[in-house]
Amino acid sequence: MKNQRTRKGLATIAVIAVSSLGLAACADDGDGGSNEVSGDAPGAGRAECAQLEQFGDLTGKEVSVYTSIIAPEDAVHKESYKVFEECTGATVAYEGSSEFEAQLVVRVQGGNAPDIAYIPQPGLLQTLVRDTDAVVAAPDPVSENVDEFFGEDWKAYGTVDDTFYAAPLGANVKSFVWYSPSMFEENGWEVPQTWDDMVALSDDMVDAGVDPWCAGIESGDATGWPTTDWLEDVVLRDAGPDVYDQWVNHEIPFNDPAIVESLDRVGDILKNDDYVNGGIGDVKSIATTAFQEGGLPILDGECGLHRQASFYAAQWPEGTDVSETGDVFAFYLPTTSDEFGTPVLGGGEFVAAFSDRPEVQAFQTYLSSDVWANEKAIATPGGWVSANTGLDIANLKSPIDKLSAEILQDPEAVFRFDGSDQMPGAVGAGSFWSEMTNWITGADTQTTLDNIEDSWPS
Amino acid sequence: MSSTDKLVQMVIAVVLFFAVMGVILILTTKLRSRTGEKVQAAAFIAPSLLLIAIGLLYPALRTIYQSFFGSAYEPLVGSEGGTFNGLDNYRQIFTNDDLLQVLQNTAVWVVLTPLLATGIGLVYAVLIDRSRFEKVAKALIFLPMAISLVGASIIWKFVYDYKGSDQSQLGVLNGLLKAAGFDTYRFLLTEPWNTLFLIVIIVWVQAGFAMTILSAAIKAIPDDIIEAARLDGVNGLKLFRYITVPSIRPSLIVVLTTISITTLKVFDIVRTATGGQFGTSVLAYEFYVQSFRSFNFGLGAALATLIFVLVTPIVVYNIRQMRRLEAR
Repeated sequence: MKNQRTRKGLATIAVIAVSSLGLAACADDGDGGSNEVSGDAPGAGRAECAQLEQFGDLTGKEVSVYTSIIAPEDAVHKESYKVFEECTGATVAYEGSSEFEAQLVVRVQGGNAPDIAYIPQPGLLQTLVRDTDAVVAAPDPVSENVDEFFGEDWKAYGTVDDTFYAAPLGANVKSFVWYSPSMFEENGWEVPQTWDDMVALSDDMVDAGVDPWCAGIESGDATGWPTTDWLEDVVLRDAGPDVYDQWVNHEIPFNDPAIVESLDRVGDILKNDDYVNGGIGDVKSIATTAFQEGGLPILDGECGLHRQASFYAAQWPEGTDVSETGDVFAFYLPTTSDEFGTPVLGGGEFVAAFSDRPEVQAFQTYLSSDVWANEKAIATPGGWVSANTGLDIANLKSPIDKLSAEILQDPEAVFRFDGSDQMPGAVGAGSFWSEMTNWITGADTQTTLDNIEDSWPS
Repeated sequence: MSSTDKLVQMVIAVVLFFAVMGVILILTTKLRSRTGEKVQAAAFIAPSLLLIAIGLLYPALRTIYQSFFGSAYEPLVGSEGGTFNGLDNYRQIFTNDDLLQVLQNTAVWVVLTPLLATGIGLVYAVLIDRSRFEKVAKALIFLPMAISLVGASIIWKFVYDYKGSDQSQLGVLNGLLKAAGFDTYRFLLTEPWNTLFLIVIIVWVQAGFAMTILSAAIKAIPDDIIEAARLDGVNGLKLFRYITVPSIRPSLIVVLTTISITTLKVFDIVRTATGGQFGTSVLAYEFYVQSFRSFNFGLGAALATLIFVLVTPIVVYNIRQMRRLEAR
């Protein structure tokens, strides 16, 4: 009898202990932080800390960062925060997730927003600002940094309804065609300067027995996005940046005749059985080839050209010589006419804050500065670049990053942000991807664009 | 808030909880009467009921409520600002071509998966029953159960990998096809068969579960029944049809319904293998896409509600069968 009672008692304690853990997790997360500056910053007096001194001593404070940048790229990010941690005494808690876009919304909705999020889509930033009211406007020092180091176009992407929220962080250049310099030299081919040259070169490759283009657009539940980049790049070249902006903002219909023409131009390459899909299969094989593997046949000499962004540099196997005279390199996707200058399609992340605590604002200020851009450049062996004009190109190690930075900082360049990233989620992360995938597997141009137009939220 | 603050808060919460529960326990043990027992039971059940209400009932009701509101660009926090559009989301599910395809795919999944998985599991269980290598054979088919659906999908994605006929093949199946002199086949791309190839993945995982339960049920059939049947001259297929299957009927139903519920919720396979492309999307995946990628919360909620409605009768039937099984 006694034995039984003890056992009951133990069970009760176990139940209580488990439930109270649950209760503790629900405990109010009251924020007692004050906004007053206290004490001198630990790094006071050091040149790289100059912009952060105003925030005072932040020792013991923590800033949480939530991003889509995961291993192995996260290591160099954390490395680049060291100066901030030394200057202010605050620490940065980094959390990367490949489910970032969906999870961020869930977390904000659940009242569990991170302090800082790196948002790679201006469209998502707009949704968060307008619909959740949770994003905090950028403090003055951040705004001043952005005015000083970034172009107006970049600042505009971080601005919603005339309020500036998010400073640009990293950037990438999408208007690149990867090729093999050694293969080009063997065959006497030259980097094309115009679109027509590029098509002529493709025909030369066909004559030489090589399928000129290789492509892959499979990317899990984001399958199709590389084709949207193709279309955006060609719209910028054929119709110009103004029409591009109208198209992205839905001031002209998605299936405008200009867009039909551009998609047909893309189809002349991607849906041309003579041109694709080097080393993999036929046109339809583009839809099931992982985008990471799309360009790899170049290394085997099975295809000559692969249009993909600067970040594709990270996909080449270890030991590949990525340089102007090496195994692979990239050239600027040529223009179709001289009318619109040098259009550059690209992307990047923006730093949105969900809290205005001093340590959070200090971190925002640090990330928008030239100090961070150069720290990050020094920490990164390759595959990272920023549109920050305070970034010293000499600090970038990889030749493709240097080329990207030159293009981004070129005053002649007409930069436009990835269009699908600015459209409403239902289109930009939905029908645009899936319909373009259907287009690759056989749907015709007009139907594809009509379907996307129909899905635009009213 | 620093971690020390959190720790202090947690300790306070734990102490408080202990205090409250202690008071309840002391009070209720003092009441030795019949009502005392009732009070005691209520004191223990009330917190769980409360937690279920907060964690399950409220979100369910809210989802149903939300499913009557407008589509994209609704305010994320609270649907109060959204436009009420009645049954519009539901009308859309049953009229939009893409969503109809989703419904049709889900139907194929829910019909085929339980039948195939249970059928294979049953035949396998009967075949290896009391054979010499029963343990090894069971382990073999049970192994995939230990793999997550995402892992299984990645494995099968390699199996299904497609390259043109003139290329060297990575996928086992296309490698075999090529070796046999056939053209390679796009397993994940060719509609409508790609849905069947996705179903193979879940059957591969679930057959082990069916086999385990059914094998145990077969072993529980009393020997004298089988002996009596044998004496009456019933053997082979007839024994299976007239003795084995009726004897394990309750287990069969539990297995069938459990797999049906799993199938209605299937998400991982579609997401990993095709990302819902090429006409392979199913309800649970479409709900996720609409809610969290397109921010189409109204439609997403309507799809979730539909899954709920479809699962409910199966769950009820399943629970009743389980009870009957336990009563035996």
